Amino acid sequence: MTKDSKLKVYALERGTVIDHIPSPLAVKVVEILGVQHEGIITIGINFPSAKMGRKDVVKVENLKLTPAVTDRVALVAPTATINIIEDRKVIEKRKIHIPSEFRGMLRCPNPNCVTNQEDVTTHFIREGEGSKPVVRCVYCERVYKQPADLVE
Amino acid sequence: MDLKGRSIVSIRDFPKSDIQAIVNKALEVKSGKWAGALEGKVLATLFFEPSTRTRLSFEGAMVSMGGRVIGFADPNVSSAKKGESLSDTIRTVTGYCDVIVMRHNIEGAARLASQVSSVPVINAGDGANQHPTQTFLDLVTIQEEFGQLEGLKVGMLGDLKYGRTVHSLCRALSSFNTKFSFISPPSLRMPDYTTERLRDSGTPYVEVGDIGELKEPLDVLYVTRIQKERFADFQEYERVAGAYRIGPESLEVLGEKVRVMHPLPRVDEIVEDLDATPNAVYFRQAHNGIPTRQALLGLVTGTIQ
Repeated sequence: MTKDSKLKVYALERGTVIDHIPSPLAVKVVEILGVQHEGIITIGINFPSAKMGRKDVVKVENLKLTPAVTDRVALVAPTATINIIEDRKVIEKRKIHIPSEFRGMLRCPNPNCVTNQEDVTTHFIREGEGSKPVVRCVYCERVYKQPADLVE
Repeated sequence: MDLKGRSIVSIRDFPKSDIQAIVNKALEVKSGKWAGALEGKVLATLFFEPSTRTRLSFEGAMVSMGGRVIGFADPNVSSAKKGESLSDTIRTVTGYCDVIVMRHNIEGAARLASQVSSVPVINAGDGANQHPTQTFLDLVTIQEEFGQLEGLKVGMLGDLKYGRTVHSLCRALSSFNTKFSFISPPSLRMPDYTTERLRDSGTPYVEVGDIGELKEPLDVLYVTRIQKERFADFQEYERVAGAYRIGPESLEVLGEKVRVMHPLPRVDEIVEDLDATPNAVYFRQAHNGIPTRQALLGLVTGTIQ
């Protein structure tokens, strides 16, 4: 898909496009970004993709999302790419960086973990350096291989 | 290594150099070097879950080095029963003592306590998670028996799935070029996350179902209890438990020099006939809890350097 045709399909005056999301995770990505109430969001599911076969796209109008926000989607879509749009032009293109820790955005599934018993902000540390993030609860120390399932 | 003011929550928090330094310090304490070092210090023992032997070991350690002890051994008398949060209990108690030893049935409770406490917190067990002073006393015993922690052949036998002590000891020893043998029934194997970590770090290990399958003698055999409640069928438990019982005849396979360790209490997984042999070190191991805990109490309060 050329850049021109891409702009035709996803024409956006100003804002952020999250591209190359594995299908069908666009809705989950919107949830993780926490932008549901931040103006117009366009969700595209099952677009053809040369690289991925199928992909989802999320378009957030008028908001330039910072890396601190977009990196949150690393748990479900580490392959996603971020395009920041201004005057219909891509002014910044970046990849997802997988954070080394996650505070407050995941829930520990261990019912006997102190985070489920006391008023404590959850805290997970990324284990290892692989492209598939594995996380460990700082409190009960359990390791989880599917951290996307822990998103609150 | 400067541990003054630091909490002892998990063996995971300590690099190899700190582990070795703590073990060495515990043996210094055992030799009598730091007598009276805890004089004037107050320990609060907060046992939200009963554990008589661990509590007595900490209290004995504190008192015999000149310190004093306050605290509770029965969670029913603590303010947690009235609905107070753990954080508030800890914030209050920090005003009464120089160091806290805490046992709790909730995993991560010690980590949370260490974050809100202004004095060091020593974890005396948080649910199925960590019990780091047990690991340190295990290491002290191995160091005492062999003069080093490096390059030993260590077997772990029994319940390797749920056994908190073997997981922590395995983590600590894996930094010391240990060659592991895991001996357990298939249903109680070492968890995958432990063996995966060993593979990733290039630590050699074998998994067998019976000591008869071991290819070479061991330096250490660490025995754990297989608990009845892990089996739905009592006859199955009896059959399995019988196959993992160690006695004097086991030494033919394990090697005449093997040291047999156990975190205690044992039920019948080590027969009493073994107690009188030089291979049985489990009671010395339990007694090493005193100098090990004294060293840790002294290091975190700054009275031992």
